[in-house]
Amino acid sequence: MLANVVAPRQAIPTVQASLLLLVAIGAAGLGVYAYYLLPAVPPKARLIVSTTTSLYETGLLDELKSKFELRYSNLNVSFISQGTGLAMQTAMRGDADMILVHDPAREHAFLNGGYGVNRKIVAYNFFAIVGPSEDPAGVSGESPSDALKQIRSAGLEGRAVWVSRGDDSGTHAKEKSLWKAAGFDVAQLRTEAWYLEAGSGMTATLKMADQKRGYTLTDIGTYLLNLENHNIDLVKLVESGKSMLNVYSVIACNPKNQNMTKTNFEGSMQLIRYLVSSEGQHLFATFGVSKYDQPLFKPYIELIESRIDPELIGWIRDLAFIEGSECPEQFRYQAEGLYLAQGSVGVSLASRPACFEEKTCSWTQ
Amino acid sequence: MIRAINLILTRNPEVFGITALSLSVSGSATLLSCVWSIPFSLGLALRNFRGKRIAKGLFNALIGIPTVALGLFLYLVLSRTGPLGYFQLLYTPWGIMIGQSMLVTPIVVSFSTSALESVDPELRSLARTLGASDFQTYLIVVEEAFWGVVLAIIAAFNRAFAELGIAMMLGGNIRNMTRVLTTAIALETSRGDIALSIALTLILLGITMSLSIGINLARKSVP
Repeated sequence: MLANVVAPRQAIPTVQASLLLLVAIGAAGLGVYAYYLLPAVPPKARLIVSTTTSLYETGLLDELKSKFELRYSNLNVSFISQGTGLAMQTAMRGDADMILVHDPAREHAFLNGGYGVNRKIVAYNFFAIVGPSEDPAGVSGESPSDALKQIRSAGLEGRAVWVSRGDDSGTHAKEKSLWKAAGFDVAQLRTEAWYLEAGSGMTATLKMADQKRGYTLTDIGTYLLNLENHNIDLVKLVESGKSMLNVYSVIACNPKNQNMTKTNFEGSMQLIRYLVSSEGQHLFATFGVSKYDQPLFKPYIELIESRIDPELIGWIRDLAFIEGSECPEQFRYQAEGLYLAQGSVGVSLASRPACFEEKTCSWTQ
Repeated sequence: MIRAINLILTRNPEVFGITALSLSVSGSATLLSCVWSIPFSLGLALRNFRGKRIAKGLFNALIGIPTVALGLFLYLVLSRTGPLGYFQLLYTPWGIMIGQSMLVTPIVVSFSTSALESVDPELRSLARTLGASDFQTYLIVVEEAFWGVVLAIIAAFNRAFAELGIAMMLGGNIRNMTRVLTTAIALETSRGDIALSIALTLILLGITMSLSIGINLARKSVP
């Protein structure tokens, strides 16, 4: 009060200026809202896909979004990137419309629980055990089981470290199954000093392995991405064999489930059909080739159609099929034409856009 | 580092879009919170009632509430199967805005209450004797404590702007929709685009620091 008496009203210009500043922040806020949210007129339906970090971090899904939305301009696709476990939880609570994951065992449980319908296998690649180039445990070229056994004995001697994802993701599930196949109990390993749990995404885990000069299991896509970015200095040591197969599937949330009545089933089915169409499969086949000289993901439908590698097809069948099918009859719902004959051959042919025959599709050039 | 600065100087649309979204979400969250926080702190500062000390203590204690705790709570509330699921606010900018406005409420209330309390009580009596109504008296008190209240609002904005937990849990870090500065920094660091992370961090630091410095300078210029 005294201040006001001594220097009446001198404060006003600054007061007004700062009021203006606040109003400006607010107005800018509303303006940007309008900019971001209003262009969606007519309102686009939202399609929320909860998915795995390994798919998201490579940038594949950003490209998928833009290509898919070109074709289906009524949809706005949002990808929520989480580990497979969390992605399924989000969907079970009804907060996602579909999932794009890579853990066949839990996918089966998801379907069995009445949460999902119309599972489709869309792509695959391989996991790899990576580690420091000096390879202290000497696992290069070994089978996955032998490699893990050697890593553990080297670990107990203090010569090696294993970094686990530890986040309940699909990669983590694969890692646990590999340890189990090698004859170890992960609950026991977790108590040992050489077995570290990162509790975070694939890139973070790779970087931790890099810093600790340790070994880890990674999907090949994320590994190549980080190698290219010079984030890590780890080499592929074990990368082949049936047990290292990594199969990505898509599942629509079950609209009949009481938690999921508000999910966008129609949109989910459009994205599923797009992913198995030749345009969607082409995206998997070509993504990353220019940058990494090899695709990060391989298209599943193309593999089935080409029939050049029956052994690999058999592996996928053994590893990722549920009761002998990619989606047993009882888990299908309004899936007309999605599971035509055997390997979905008919679908992908039927859904080829006209430009495909004329070879004028932008993505074929 | 050079690439990071380059990203800012060339007004990279991705960087620019994320910054704009961040400013708008946290800015409107702060303003939204003021709608209830300022009247509330007026009541708390100028009226006497039972439990006033407890109420003030509660708000003081809530200033440090962990963002993930509030995030988890609101996640369950806003989820499609939660009590407010009907509005489908989860994974939208509106969800983040609501979360942040709740997050900063204790800051605005607590800081502006102390600012308002520091106004000489005689001023109110004076205004009364000069015939001011209740509302006019409040206006006079707010004007007197103006810088204290502005400081509270800026502090609240900075807290909202720099928090990660709520934006990640309620927004989901969706590109072009709910990806704000902090979630983008977390993502780009985890996927290894360090240059982009640094650029975004520089912007985040630049804005919060210049707001704090600016407000201090402005306050000093007032006699």
